[in-house]
Amino acid sequence: MSRTTYREAVRAAIREAMQGDPRVFLMGEDVGAYGGCYAVSMGLLDEFGADRVRDTPLSESAFVGAGIGAAMGGQRPIVEIMTCNFSLLALDQIMNNAATIRHMSGGQLSIPVVIRMATGAGRQLAAQHSHSLEGWYAHIPGIKVLAPATLEDARGMLPTALEDPDPVLIFEHAGLYNLAGELADDAGAVPIDRAAVRRAGDRVTLVTYGGSLHKTLEAAERLAGEGVEAEVIDLRTLRPLDDATIMASVRKTHRAVIVDEGWRSGSLAAEIVARIMEQALYELDAPVARVCSAEVPIPYAKHLEHAALPQVEGIVAAVRAQLG
Amino acid sequence: MSDPLPEREHALDLLHQMLRIRRFEEKAAELYTQERIRGFLHLYIGEEAVAAGVMATLRPDDAVVGTYREHGHALLKGVSAASIMAEMFGKQEGCSRGRGGSMHLFDAKARFYGGNAIVGGGLPLAVGLALADQRAGLSRVTVCFFGEGAMAEGEFHESMNLAALWRVPVLFVCENNRYAMGTALERSESETDLVRHAESYRVPARAVDGMDVVAVEAAAREAVEHVRAGEGPRFLEAQTYRFRAHSMFDAQLYRDKHEVEQWRGRGPIVRLQTRLREAGWLDDDALEAIEARVRQEVADAVAFAEAGTWEPVEELLRDVYTEVPR
Repeated sequence: MSRTTYREAVRAAIREAMQGDPRVFLMGEDVGAYGGCYAVSMGLLDEFGADRVRDTPLSESAFVGAGIGAAMGGQRPIVEIMTCNFSLLALDQIMNNAATIRHMSGGQLSIPVVIRMATGAGRQLAAQHSHSLEGWYAHIPGIKVLAPATLEDARGMLPTALEDPDPVLIFEHAGLYNLAGELADDAGAVPIDRAAVRRAGDRVTLVTYGGSLHKTLEAAERLAGEGVEAEVIDLRTLRPLDDATIMASVRKTHRAVIVDEGWRSGSLAAEIVARIMEQALYELDAPVARVCSAEVPIPYAKHLEHAALPQVEGIVAAVRAQLG
Repeated sequence: MSDPLPEREHALDLLHQMLRIRRFEEKAAELYTQERIRGFLHLYIGEEAVAAGVMATLRPDDAVVGTYREHGHALLKGVSAASIMAEMFGKQEGCSRGRGGSMHLFDAKARFYGGNAIVGGGLPLAVGLALADQRAGLSRVTVCFFGEGAMAEGEFHESMNLAALWRVPVLFVCENNRYAMGTALERSESETDLVRHAESYRVPARAVDGMDVVAVEAAAREAVEHVRAGEGPRFLEAQTYRFRAHSMFDAQLYRDKHEVEQWRGRGPIVRLQTRLREAGWLDDDALEAIEARVRQEVADAVAFAEAGTWEPVEELLRDVYTEVPR
């Protein structure tokens, strides 16, 4: 075991991928000389050179599209977008090309591109750097959507994504980059097709992902102090969803609360509630509840930003309300 | 001053290639009115010299990215007329298994990468395909076709800049047919000299008479040689004209019939035929022999499409993701 951070774990994954496969290269805004806007790629330019670590102009559509084209041409690009708000400038390429070309070509072409981006709020960056749009992307058939929330997943999801023949989007919560802890020295690729039970419990199922996982685990600890054992599911992969793990837990606890930093309306949380209705309605002892972001562009002021996001107190309160 | 004709066999082949497109498109229009082909149908009639001239300069392993008006490009890049026609019928024998239709023709073997119906959307892909070749050390060229309408899109400017910065082997071919659907060039560009747009990115650029296949080929050949030599991207504006409507739903209220007739008079096929006759390389019999070959190819394509089969609905969800063997 070694002490590391989420940021270092992502960097280690990129470095290992570049060492192992000359087709892998990293490109994005300020990934080279600057070291990445969240310092993820610090040092990689010196180690691998400018052909493997490519600074791009501020042209999200062109460089994301170029990543898609390069993947179609046999390379294994890792494209970094600074934040998911900026990814909207590349939405045409992601949605109309990456997600569709396999299908539109009748299965002839694969797009093995990996697109990483920061997501989420909590750093007082206001309404154009703080949103959680992974739920939107999870709406789109043809792409896979990952949300690593742990050091193991930060280290292990990227290599699996690079092996995948289809486009994979990885959403790294900006609040997690400094997350520190112990990681096994032989940590490596992890599966990207299943959710994980991060804490076992029998009274209520808490379903969450990404930056909200740690708040949810903290809420579960607080509830345990009150004698309520909550089971915490980390979705890990937002598309395709692992229904089986969710339903198995709901059948055990008969209660569910979804914690999602996305907005409530038309959200990933809404999708999970619908699936529980479809697959496990008669198992429930209470209506499924949701703790989501307030329906407001994320504000700058610290107290307002805090109030807009799912917090431990809100998760605890939602569980208490479930239990009546 | 016209470029000199190429040698006889090649000149006759250029005529043959343009006629393949023309007759294929005429048949497609006919089948559309019979409701055998549905969806959008964008015909390339009038613009044949551009695809024919450029494709004549490419090798089989060069790549092409097209637009939604791409039947002719696909045909000349080596996608069979039969598989294109079957695609437009929606049959699973089509080049995209019936999943794409007229606007999304694909053929991996022919290195024909669509068929892109988002104006400007193919340019970043072309930069990426070329980047892949550059990184792999292959001396292949990617040609990206788009209309002048795409030059108002941000993706044009972003892609030109990126291609120039990274010196990737792309030939950008703007098919300037003067109308972005119904909006005339003068109404969509503040700078109507399109070459200047490309030059502002330090991409060597030139305009060519897109109704003259010989001129297009000469210009494209020179550009492709530079691109293949690793000198970075090039830009070619082919000034052309679409004789038919934008799509089959277009009443053409935005241009007058007289203008269309004027352009038809200097159409690419009639023009090359005239030169070939003047050179003594083409007479009525020789022309009829070419037309007969083309007629047969188109008839065979229609027969293939008609004999094609519908993909079972049970397979609806295939090819969304790669089916990974477990």
